[in-house]
Amino acid sequence: MDIPYTVEVRRDTGLTNGKIGIWLFLASEVMLFGALFASYILIRTGAPSWPRGDTILNVPLATFNTLVLISSSVTMVMAWASLMRHRFGTFRIYMGATILLGFVFLVVKYFEYSHKFENGLYPSTNNFLAIYFTLTGLHMLHVFGGMMVNAYFLGPGSKLWKTNPEWFANRVEHSGLFWHFVDLVWIFLFPTLYLL
Amino acid sequence: MTEPAAVAAPKPHIAHEVPHEALGFWRKYVFSTDHKVIGIQYAITGLLFLLFGFSLMMLMRWQLAYPGAALPLLGRLLGEARMPGGTMLPEFYNELGAMHGTIMVFLGVVPLAVGGFGNFVVPLQIGAQDMAFPRLNMASYWSFFLGGVTMLASFLVPGGAAQGGWTSYTPLSVLAGTGQTMWLIGMIFLITSSLLGAINFITTIIQLRAKGLTFLRFPFFVWTQFVTAFLLLLAFPPLEAAAVMQLMDRVAGTSFFLPSGLVVSGQVVAVAGGGNPLLWQHLFWFLAHPEVYVLILPGMGIVAEIIANNTRKPLWGYRSMVYSLVFLGFMSFIVWAHHMFMTGMGTAMAAFFQTTTMIISIPSVVILTALIISLWGGSIRFNTPMLFAVAFLPMFGIGGLTGLPLGLNVADIPLHDTYYVIAHFHYVVAPGTIFALFAGIYYWFPKATGRKMNETLGKIHFFGSLVCMNVVFMPMFLMGLAGVSRRLFDGGASYAFAQPVLHLNVVSSWGAWTLAIFQIPFIFNFFWSIWKGEQTDGNPWQATTIEWAAPSPPPHGNFPVAPEAYRGPYEYSVPGAAKDFLPQYEA
Repeated sequence: MDIPYTVEVRRDTGLTNGKIGIWLFLASEVMLFGALFASYILIRTGAPSWPRGDTILNVPLATFNTLVLISSSVTMVMAWASLMRHRFGTFRIYMGATILLGFVFLVVKYFEYSHKFENGLYPSTNNFLAIYFTLTGLHMLHVFGGMMVNAYFLGPGSKLWKTNPEWFANRVEHSGLFWHFVDLVWIFLFPTLYLL
Repeated sequence: MTEPAAVAAPKPHIAHEVPHEALGFWRKYVFSTDHKVIGIQYAITGLLFLLFGFSLMMLMRWQLAYPGAALPLLGRLLGEARMPGGTMLPEFYNELGAMHGTIMVFLGVVPLAVGGFGNFVVPLQIGAQDMAFPRLNMASYWSFFLGGVTMLASFLVPGGAAQGGWTSYTPLSVLAGTGQTMWLIGMIFLITSSLLGAINFITTIIQLRAKGLTFLRFPFFVWTQFVTAFLLLLAFPPLEAAAVMQLMDRVAGTSFFLPSGLVVSGQVVAVAGGGNPLLWQHLFWFLAHPEVYVLILPGMGIVAEIIANNTRKPLWGYRSMVYSLVFLGFMSFIVWAHHMFMTGMGTAMAAFFQTTTMIISIPSVVILTALIISLWGGSIRFNTPMLFAVAFLPMFGIGGLTGLPLGLNVADIPLHDTYYVIAHFHYVVAPGTIFALFAGIYYWFPKATGRKMNETLGKIHFFGSLVCMNVVFMPMFLMGLAGVSRRLFDGGASYAFAQPVLHLNVVSSWGAWTLAIFQIPFIFNFFWSIWKGEQTDGNPWQATTIEWAAPSPPPHGNFPVAPEAYRGPYEYSVPGAAKDFLPQYEA
């Protein structure tokens, strides 16, 4: 038994199942981060004083990390585009680069976190740090999840390329949509937490 | 779904060739990806949780009817930490209350209505072979299962389960014992399960519907599941965010929900402060109001199917029902703060939320009215599913209409913390939704097993439950109007003004215990009918929707020939037709 519309699109919707599924998932993710951003606004507007992000957080490191994530989105698109051009070797290079850039992001984040902890700045210190650690922590979890999925497509998941290349390309595209979303969340997080 | 040109009128009863490899026991019945097996797993787990949640309430009803009296036999079994000498401790009462609500809503009704009926019926009704993402479906069930186990295990940790009510209001819940952490982790599993399920349902309904099955040819049940899935998809993530924040408050010492200078037992709590306890309420009710519709909509869908089938008439106003349903789905996102009038919000906010609340009552009334008018002039068959479906209408009506005063700020304030609210929403969910779910079980049982459930036992179950439900909940309206608080451990015994209505607690409690006795015929009937029930063909109710084109029970892959929809869902008693129903799937 094969579920239809995993590879070919359904005529009247023009979509595959996976494409609808990933967009619905992203809609729920928007609500998840949306609720956290809304909470941030509520807590900040209710606070008598609120620190500027750059007095506590390391803006140059975060700027570097922003560039890293944006580059990883570019390499992700290139990975998918390579599949569309049937260049599997190039796909592997770009996919590897995407994962590597995600890893660099996490390493930088590790240094940022440990620097805070060394200076005695914990989530319990104040609500600015509480929301900082919660939002960036949840975001890091998403980066990690995306890396795992991408690693799967680089490794064991890539077997599908030999039997059903179109399906494989679709899967990489969906993983890419998630990756861009995670990137986009960071684009919102960076100014909100570090600059405002 | 391979060769649309070859699709002729489906032949429901031909033996299905099994083209796939035979699966072992574990893959077939436990870690199955078949939507029917997952649906049944959800349904049975949900029913067990309903029974468990009901048992918690029966224990509470003892304390409410006979405050401080020792419970014979069972009381001693529960141990010194909970019921020393058989007398209930207030902490244990709070555990029971919190877990009754949590279990009934998140582990009982929703899994049965959405996970159970949605999974089993929706793919069949739209003529699909399975859900769009079968493995995701399995993950959804097992995530739900883990959430359930976490909730049950929380009774065993030191200090017992969560005591903060099913709403887990902060700051109390942040300061509560370990059980609350378990509650939050359990909720995160349950929310994840719902999200995976919702994505799966929406994709399945959009993509896998049969040829010719346009949206306005959907059975109403499919529509209700479609809207429900959107509610789950978009309303649950904010609660997940809130659960993460409360978990941070409890584990990492943050103070999202803890205000500055919070004093507990005469001591200032040592936290950074600056948090907002109301933030939790907003995030919670942003989920939990749509959740009310998650509880009721699938029930309405089931009732609509059964009423059309047993009145042998098309549903009256199908299109207005569908439009009302979609409108109701949208509106349910902007009414949440009517649960929070007691927090002292300003009049501008209250005016906004009571206006939206009055507006949202309109589509509900449209749907209910359409269902009632559908009965008009029908030659009604009063079988067990129909009895439950018909009883749903006045029961849900009582529940819904008594909710109107609660939607108005001024009327809500005296009523909100009383038993009136308990009576109101239990009328919606217990004799409302749960009756609809019973109706669904009796109605689709032949599809799942190939056998009908026993009618006599079904009628005993129905009439007993109908009377008992009203004996349980009607007195609560009276107690609520008399002003008895719904949060008291002694049921109001310590208050002088409550004395004239205290005897109603005893009536309610005996109603609840008798209600339990009347579930025994159902439980017996359920298992007996699996093996001994009257055998049926594919379409025992002479119904029109596509699920009845499949053999009963449907094989893996459901339909021997991919079905096609030729007409609307409820073509009953069409003038000039050879029989009194024209199935959607017959050309």
